[in-house]
Amino acid sequence: MMMEFLEKADFSPLFISLKTGIAATVICFFLGIFAASRIYRAGPKTKALLDGLLTMPLVLPPTVAGFFLLLIFSLKRPFGNALYTHFGIKAVQTWLGCVIAASVIAFPLMYRNARAAFEQVDENLIHAARTLGMSEWEIFRRVLMPAAKPGIVSGTVLTFARALGEYGATSMLAGNIPGKTGTIAQKIAMVIQNGDYATAGFWTAVIIVIAFVIVVIMNLGTSGR
Amino acid sequence: MPLEVNIRKTFDGFQLHMEFTAEDGVFAFLGASGSGKSLTCKCIAGIMTPDEGRIVLNGRVLYDSERKINLSPQQRRVGYMFQDYALFPNMTVLENVLCGFSGNEAARRRGPGRGFRTEYIEKANDLLTRFQISELSGKYPSELSGGQKQRCAMARIVAQEPEAVLLDEPFSALDSHLRWQMETEMRTILASMGKPVIFVTHSRDEVFHLADRVCAIKDGQAEVILDKKAFFENPGTRTAALLSGCKNISKAERKGPGEVYAADWGVTLHFRERIPEQFDFIGIRAHYFSMDPKDGEHEFEILESHVTEDPFEWTVSFRAAPEGQMIRWKLPKRNGVPPEIPRYLYVRDEDIMFLRK
Repeated sequence: MMMEFLEKADFSPLFISLKTGIAATVICFFLGIFAASRIYRAGPKTKALLDGLLTMPLVLPPTVAGFFLLLIFSLKRPFGNALYTHFGIKAVQTWLGCVIAASVIAFPLMYRNARAAFEQVDENLIHAARTLGMSEWEIFRRVLMPAAKPGIVSGTVLTFARALGEYGATSMLAGNIPGKTGTIAQKIAMVIQNGDYATAGFWTAVIIVIAFVIVVIMNLGTSGR
Repeated sequence: MPLEVNIRKTFDGFQLHMEFTAEDGVFAFLGASGSGKSLTCKCIAGIMTPDEGRIVLNGRVLYDSERKINLSPQQRRVGYMFQDYALFPNMTVLENVLCGFSGNEAARRRGPGRGFRTEYIEKANDLLTRFQISELSGKYPSELSGGQKQRCAMARIVAQEPEAVLLDEPFSALDSHLRWQMETEMRTILASMGKPVIFVTHSRDEVFHLADRVCAIKDGQAEVILDKKAFFENPGTRTAALLSGCKNISKAERKGPGEVYAADWGVTLHFRERIPEQFDFIGIRAHYFSMDPKDGEHEFEILESHVTEDPFEWTVSFRAAPEGQMIRWKLPKRNGVPPEIPRYLYVRDEDIMFLRK
């Protein structure tokens, strides 16, 4: 019976979720580290303000983020409309929407972990690098990033995990189009509504296994030093 | 070539105003913790910016608030050794030393596999040999002992070819038995440098071993700047005397020609010659008391005393007047037998220091 189920099952939610998770993680990795590297040395007031702003998606319900994303990207709205007519870019009801929604929701995890990691780096290492004549970019690449590595790694992994399981904002912006925007999280919600507990159970198991593997990898990766 | 500094900075309610010129050789900052020694170094290196003033090194303006000049640390060519050495933990000893060439365009290799040119890698290896850490070339800082870390940090600074060097309490992270050895090594290196070296410390022993000139710092100000010998002979002020290790200091006032009353001790001293015009305190080092009347003109009667045992000497605290403060006398230990306390102690004229506030 299990074999029969597997043969008939549509595995697209797994691939859509993985693809979304990876794309969102790449985006958040660069944006998060960039934002963190700018903000961690800012003055206390600037820091409090920008930090509060960038943490919002983490503390608000994802549907609130979804609402704002629709305000921006809806084809009936000026920005979303301009984006579509001039560049042919459409976020609503597309895979791009999945990536944007997942990125917005997962971004604070990357940013906050990176910022905390940068803040813990011994200031004197940076000062020493400066007096030795290393350029700011070199210091970032060869001193700051390596010293902040454990925090950056855990931030990246958490970002991937969060992006992989994003539901609220994704369902509002990208919808649940099977084979296109139907992620695992949306699949589970949909089949439960139809009372199909077997399929829901299967996808639940899949997501549990992935989450567990991620956390184990993270622990192994960060306990090395 | 000199390093001229005249800067002011208010920092966390603390006022720094340092003015001095350091010539080639070791210029020691001697002061209690929090007196502004490290802050001054950070301003010289460009890690912190003063509120106003001027810093000139070899005629090159590093900072000038009026002319709005403020070179970055990278442009200053000032070597800075941190208390904990600040070695990069993700780089090997060799890579750390190579970082000293970072500001040197000639050392850079262009194109694929960028890094340093072979002759500079050889230069770095030579430095490792000179600093006796060539076997540790591939090790990471966490695998090194305190002394090895210090050698690596020093090699990195020498590679940088700085025009001035700042050593921020370089021995404070070392065990005491290692300190002596590293001090000896450091003396050789510093002597061969021929550059202004600022040496931050709160240890008078380190100052005595390493420095050419001494700058006693109190509350963010350079109180006295003297040659080392002169500093230990007569530090000039009360703070400087305390920093130089003088244990006995009393408020003092002139009573008549050659007559001085030491208020804290309750003792009147009669000098045969040379009393300076102005002084507020007098000081006597604890080792300068003698039991032999031939060794001094000034007599201190011991009214009351108690003895403390130190590892290699005895400390006798005594009063010379009923209401007077305790005066300390240190004498070497022999056979572990406590000293017999005499009735009188003697001090020579020239062993009494006249100090200003």
